[in-house]
Amino acid sequence: MTTLITAVGNISVEEGTRSTVRNAVRPGILPAPGAKLWVPACLVGRLVPGRGVAVLLPGGAQAAVFLLPNGMIYAIENLDPYSGAAVLSRGLTGDRTGEPTVASPLLKQVFSLRTGAALDDPCVTLPTYAVRVQHGTVKVGVPLP
Amino acid sequence: MSTTTESPTDAGTRTVVVVGHGMVGHRFVEALRSRDTESTWKVVVLSEEAEAAYDRVGLSSYIGTWDRASLALGGNTYDGDDLVDLRLGTRAEHVDRDARTVTTSSGELIAYDSLVLATGSHPFVPPVPGHDSAGCFVYRTLDDLDGIRTAAEAAIERAAAKGREANGLVVGGGLLGLEAANALRLLGLTPHVVEFAPRLMPLQVDDGGGAVLEGLISSLGVQVHTGAGTSSIAAQDDGRLAVELSDGTALLTDLVVFSAGVRPSDGVARAAGLDVGERGGVVTDLTCRTNDENVWAVGEVAAVEGRCYGLVAPGYTMAEVVADRLLGGEATFPGADLSTKLKLLGVDVASFGDAMATTPGALEIVHTDATKGTYAKVVVSDDAKTLLGGILVGDASAYTTLKAYVGREVPGDPGALVSPAGAELGADALPDDAVICSCNNVTKGSICSAIADGSCDLAAIKGCTNAGTTCGGCLPTVKKLLVDSGVELSKALCEHFEQSRAELFEIVASTGIRTFSALVARHGTGTGCEICKPTVASILASTSSDHVLDGEQAALQDSNDHFLANLQKNGTYSVVPRMPGGEVTADQLIVIGQLAKDFGLYVKVTGGQRIDLFGARVEQLPAIWQRLVDVGMESGQAYGKSLRTVKSCVGSSWCRYGVQDSVGMAVDLEHRYRGLRSPHKIKFGVSGCARECAEARGKDVGVIATDRGWNLYVCGNGGQTPAHARLLASDLDDETLVRYIDRFLMFYVRTADRLQRTAPWLDALEGGLDHLRAVVCEDSLGIADDLEAAMGRHVEGYRDEWKAVLDDPEKLSRFVSFVNAPEEADPTVAFDESGPRKVPVLLGLPTVREKV
Ligand SMILES: Cc1cc2nc3c(=O)[nH]c(=O)nc-3n(C[C@H](O)[C@H](O)[C@H](O)COP(=O)(O)OP(=O)(O)OC[C@H]3O[C@@H](n4cnc5c(N)ncnc54)[C@H](O)[C@@H]3O)c2cc1C
Ligand code: SF4
Repeated sequence: MTTLITAVGNISVEEGTRSTVRNAVRPGILPAPGAKLWVPACLVGRLVPGRGVAVLLPGGAQAAVFLLPNGMIYAIENLDPYSGAAVLSRGLTGDRTGEPTVASPLLKQVFSLRTGAALDDPCVTLPTYAVRVQHGTVKVGVPLP
Repeated sequence: MSTTTESPTDAGTRTVVVVGHGMVGHRFVEALRSRDTESTWKVVVLSEEAEAAYDRVGLSSYIGTWDRASLALGGNTYDGDDLVDLRLGTRAEHVDRDARTVTTSSGELIAYDSLVLATGSHPFVPPVPGHDSAGCFVYRTLDDLDGIRTAAEAAIERAAAKGREANGLVVGGGLLGLEAANALRLLGLTPHVVEFAPRLMPLQVDDGGGAVLEGLISSLGVQVHTGAGTSSIAAQDDGRLAVELSDGTALLTDLVVFSAGVRPSDGVARAAGLDVGERGGVVTDLTCRTNDENVWAVGEVAAVEGRCYGLVAPGYTMAEVVADRLLGGEATFPGADLSTKLKLLGVDVASFGDAMATTPGALEIVHTDATKGTYAKVVVSDDAKTLLGGILVGDASAYTTLKAYVGREVPGDPGALVSPAGAELGADALPDDAVICSCNNVTKGSICSAIADGSCDLAAIKGCTNAGTTCGGCLPTVKKLLVDSGVELSKALCEHFEQSRAELFEIVASTGIRTFSALVARHGTGTGCEICKPTVASILASTSSDHVLDGEQAALQDSNDHFLANLQKNGTYSVVPRMPGGEVTADQLIVIGQLAKDFGLYVKVTGGQRIDLFGARVEQLPAIWQRLVDVGMESGQAYGKSLRTVKSCVGSSWCRYGVQDSVGMAVDLEHRYRGLRSPHKIKFGVSGCARECAEARGKDVGVIATDRGWNLYVCGNGGQTPAHARLLASDLDDETLVRYIDRFLMFYVRTADRLQRTAPWLDALEGGLDHLRAVVCEDSLGIADDLEAAMGRHVEGYRDEWKAVLDDPEKLSRFVSFVNAPEEADPTVAFDESGPRKVPVLLGLPTVREKV
């Protein structure tokens, strides 16, 4: 499978104490086709490379949005299917043989950030969300019915 | 997808009719179609159920999702294979063996060359009066569960209107009965279980195990009635059922589920004159052929040499045997392992081998721990040498290794196998043909050769041997084999670093690299993971006094360290302020109490002499800590792999036996080492005399007063594998004591593996305690000054982590629930305060079924 990357140009990171410099911030997954409601999450500069934040979606669902050190942004379901707690945004990111991952902070099951699949459990796949960055704001795409 | 070009009616193509599309029927069709490369067989499948084959073993996971598709077995509709004709909702009514035809419920006549009976079993319903009342169910099919659901929902509504609880009664306390009881619980009913035998799970466990199991199950809110039969059931006017038990008990229940065993569905076979067993089941030989050479039986309906098997694995084997035979093969049924291990309502139960000690002369060795709720029994041969079987209840962690020893000589004293103090049975002593993964029949030999061929982690071994891919119960043993193999790479921290933690520590210390990205770029690969990131974070923290949330380090910390609090199961945190030596002032206690009130926190005193406040949401942590810091309290680092507590007894200032001031020493030690990050948590204890009230010998560092000073003990711990601390040096003065502890701790921090506590570290240390004593007390390596200087820097640089966060708006800004709604409480967090104590309630229920 090929990962498609859309560069959205150079986004300057606001002044801050953060040490990592990012030239381009890119949504990690191309939006799936279909109309979406784009929910503003935060300014890109608010994201810490390598960590996630939780985003409240209309209707009470939650997305976990991650910025990786290479500038990719991914969004997956925040609810950990193994524990029932909304904690995935607080997990540690990394990679497994190159696949970008997050590990549940509770019992450490590892999920692909690209596909939402649980890497050690073929039966489990989490929903993923499209992400885009507009005028410095990260937005999460919620499919419209 | 098969792209057959021949027409199914080609001459030379024979027809096999399969009766029953359950788990085994489907496996047979798959086995036949995947091996019949010449397309010599056309398959007609008759399925009474309207649903194509589904995972009956996982039936209970239908509850909650109510999604039939999620249980469908892969490939169960044979799309695109024109040699398989699946007829759903069609029963086989009659078999004419002379004409070789089957008559279906739709009146059709189908000719066969071979007939495979895979009709499974049906639940046995005891013929008590009223057994067919509305509200009586069995637990076997998806339709059964739909019926139970409808009745349960109606019952709950009816009960709520009357202000009472709805309940349900399960007749039968075997494996499936307990599973049904759990189902009722999930549906919101209070379950009762009635078992005729004097114990639960009479087929798998003995009386002792049954008693422990009953205690554990009852404590989960299931009402257990053993030694009682069901005498009658009568419908009441209010829609409920009055059930009378043989011991005179009368119960009113909203519904009844029968789970009193199964009977083979051999009706069609009987009518066709095939041989059936004494207790039912179509009798076959070891090739699964019946007394008619064109008719075969597989799965639960088959009585192979007179014996029926109620598990799916033997059924699958039979399916493979018959597929092989139809294609001219020579396979026979090798018998089956009926060992079981499962988790029922969260309780581990396992039985294996000759669990009931039926072998003549067999001896039983039993260990029961009533407080822990565990029961373990092993059955050995009359010379107490060969392991024959056993039963484990409450804790089945030894199952895989013990099972692999069945039929073999046990090294050492067999009693030690079940006694908690006994030596753990190593996998290293097992011969190569011992089966480690019984789900997939993988032997120790194949795992070891996979390791020898270069499989260097669990994932690789799983990939090439299939071991551990089904229930996962054998993974701890597989891991042990991997470690024992001494394969060089077993030192590798993870796929990103080939070095061990100790080697990385040396690299960091000698190169001065201070960021993860630089370390992984120069000495590793990739971008890291949940294993190496916290390890490197800990090394960076042990080697400097930077704040753990400074700069790039923030992204490395495990969730606990990231929010400087302990993550609990529902995503909330617990807060533990430091109370050095267990000391706390009245003002601090008042603030803690007030905080608990204001934020609705559950309060518990910990084993380490401090107070834990549970149930704080992320966004509440800063406000809570502000008030704690204001009253002079600091982070207790309960969330970190770091110094936890220094527990102390009251010592010479108050105690009439005390010979030294243990509280004073404990407070000094806690102040000295607070905040020290280490490979695992570290605990201390200080006792004021040899009576040892602080239990210091159960700690990583134990200090016990003597007439002449202090005795220093090291490398003890409680927990899963308790270890007594060992005496390192005696009668030390205060200053020498502290110097030795400095050296000991820093030596451990530098050389231990990730998550290795001091006791296993000492076990693995070459030269053991003598070597450690030489390093610490005699400076045999000439590094004592170095170690002391490193500790000196730690003590010098210590700052309270929480105060530093409160002073830094940037760090503070991360403590929000939602980045787009910072004050909004997480809607999935809720608590139940109706019981004796506040507990978290999970609204976002886990969607993944617990593996058995
Ligand atoms: C709740 C539950 C939990 C279980 N847990 C486990 C477990 O943990 N481990 C384990 O090993 N086993 C377990 N089992 C047992 C396991 O499900 C069975 O051993 C397995 O399903 C047997 O497969 P089978 O194909 O022989 O029979 P079945 O799966 O019963 O299939 C037989 C099919 O044939 C159909 N049929 C019957 N007569 C006719 C006819 N005349 N014409 C057409 N169709 C007909 C039936 O309707 C049925 O669909 C469990 C069973 C249940 C109910
Ligand atoms: S250990 Fe000794 S000094 Fe401490 S409380 Fe017990 S008896 Fe007293």
